[in-house]
Amino acid sequence: MAEIRNYTINFGPQHPAAHGVLRLVLELDGEVIERADPHVGLLHRATEKLAETRTWIQSVPYMDRLDYVSMMCNEHAYCMAIERLLGLEVPLRAQYIRTMFDEITRIMNHLMWLGAHSLDIGGMTTFLYCFREREDLFDMYEAVSGARMHAAYYRPGGVYRDLPERMPQYRAQHTRNEATLRDMNSNREGSLLDFIDDFTRRFPGYVDDYETLLTDNRIWKQRTVGIGVVTPERALALGFTGPMLRGSGIAWDLRRKQPYEVYDKMQFDIPIGVNGDCYDRYLVRVEEMRQSNRIVKQCVDWLRQNPGPVITDNHKVAPPHREAMKSNMEELIHHFKLFTEGIHVPPGEAYAAVEQPKGEFGVYAISDGANKPYRIKLRTPDYVHLSALDEMSRGHMIADVVAIIGTQDIVFGSIDR
Amino acid sequence: MQGSLATLAAALPAVLGDALVATTTALGEVTVVVRAGSLLPAMTALRDDDATRFDQLIDVCGVDYSAYNGPQRDGPRYASVYHLLSTVHNWRLRVRTFAPDDDFPVVDSVIGIWPAANWFERESFDLYGILYTGHPDLRRLLTDYGFVGHPFRKDFPISGTVEMRFDPEQGRVIYQPVTIEPREITPRIVRENAYAADPGFEKG
Repeated sequence: MAEIRNYTINFGPQHPAAHGVLRLVLELDGEVIERADPHVGLLHRATEKLAETRTWIQSVPYMDRLDYVSMMCNEHAYCMAIERLLGLEVPLRAQYIRTMFDEITRIMNHLMWLGAHSLDIGGMTTFLYCFREREDLFDMYEAVSGARMHAAYYRPGGVYRDLPERMPQYRAQHTRNEATLRDMNSNREGSLLDFIDDFTRRFPGYVDDYETLLTDNRIWKQRTVGIGVVTPERALALGFTGPMLRGSGIAWDLRRKQPYEVYDKMQFDIPIGVNGDCYDRYLVRVEEMRQSNRIVKQCVDWLRQNPGPVITDNHKVAPPHREAMKSNMEELIHHFKLFTEGIHVPPGEAYAAVEQPKGEFGVYAISDGANKPYRIKLRTPDYVHLSALDEMSRGHMIADVVAIIGTQDIVFGSIDR
Repeated sequence: MQGSLATLAAALPAVLGDALVATTTALGEVTVVVRAGSLLPAMTALRDDDATRFDQLIDVCGVDYSAYNGPQRDGPRYASVYHLLSTVHNWRLRVRTFAPDDDFPVVDSVIGIWPAANWFERESFDLYGILYTGHPDLRRLLTDYGFVGHPFRKDFPISGTVEMRFDPEQGRVIYQPVTIEPREITPRIVRENAYAADPGFEKG
């Protein structure tokens, strides 16, 4: 009789379905997974240790590079932790801007997830559509911060600057004739808010397109229904948050349960799943995009009517206005002290969490009163989700691992930190 | 809405019993310090008692207090900090437990109470060298295979100890002692208390 042995195979770190640098050691019995052991850390940059050697504000751009598909949400949690330690009020307009950009980020993240997930398990078309829409969202980022991805737009005490009055336009080029150029610039004639408003009107139609491609698609359902089922009890015990928890049927959303910024003034629904499988998590995320679109629309309407300051006037935390700095000795000193020495945060500790697109993103900051953090701990949602990969993929086929990695919405910037 | 912190703080002494060392409420958060020896019964009580019901473990992290408040600090060096969340009562709690021995920090593993602790404890072991007894698979997680040392300890240099390069003579990748020196552009400064928050400073 032939000897039967389990296979151990190495999946990644250079595998297109590994979403970055995931190295997975799979123990197989035929084609069935016996054990999955993720090896992470290939992108470990010790962000938490680096933050200890930088002033509080210098670490803001590091936060973008954690979960590099939901940049502003990471900054948000970090700024909230500092604001909590300082006991700082954020102006109302800045709160609306943050809420709006959090939701833009959520749409951006879910588009990336939807495109990559469907590409992993066999659908090319959705990927192309999703990335077309993501381009508009990147333009919003760029208009407000100057950077397409790594914005560094949120600052302790507010946001870096107010929304621009003019939306940048495409310029003539030998590959574009005049009619194309006019068409490309048709929704960029007004301000950034006009552009966002136009997007919120177009976007529900796009989501319908994605759903036409996937929701009733036989192949899609065969690959996702009943795959990676997590019961509500296990989801809580494993520390799941965000769509992974809601997909299992637990209505838990920090935006509703522990509202921050102006989420308590927003009208939106929280979708939850029933079966806790990959398909339900897909439905939850698609519905979240529609709800985010609603929130963005509400913020746009409010922001149009309510001008005001977007960053605190406490110059120990936020720099004074440029003109004031040039004409006033005291403001000059503030400016100098702030940029040479940085913010001094009173001793203490705070944990601030936001509902990032992937789940709860938390920043635990310990300060000893210096201009640099004593310790920063970043709690990232996909780190916890990936640690449950072993349990979720046991007993499944090897091809389902790809579906499960996809449904966890993992990004290595935030797992390895 | 969120559960009241006062209710939570009032319920804690009964739930934790003599495991409780100190309770503080600051900045809208409750922190308890728990004796390392009775961590497991205390955590189990926090999860199962109807008055607390912390059904989710959000985060575990190691902290090295050796440089806190300058060199004059006494007391244990390493702490393990847990962030708990109750989806039933909608409140959070921070639990801190100090490892009694600085040279050989050991804390009980809570993996039997919340399976979510698995990777958090591996990470804390990797970065701080805190040993979690009862953890079934306490391997390094984030650092390189064969890494020496615990990089997040305060006495570990920011630039590390070894660097890697391709050696053309040997025709392979080699490790060698680091050749760069970390530079500090902005020095670390501790100012008087409430420097930023004091409105008296505002107008000068």
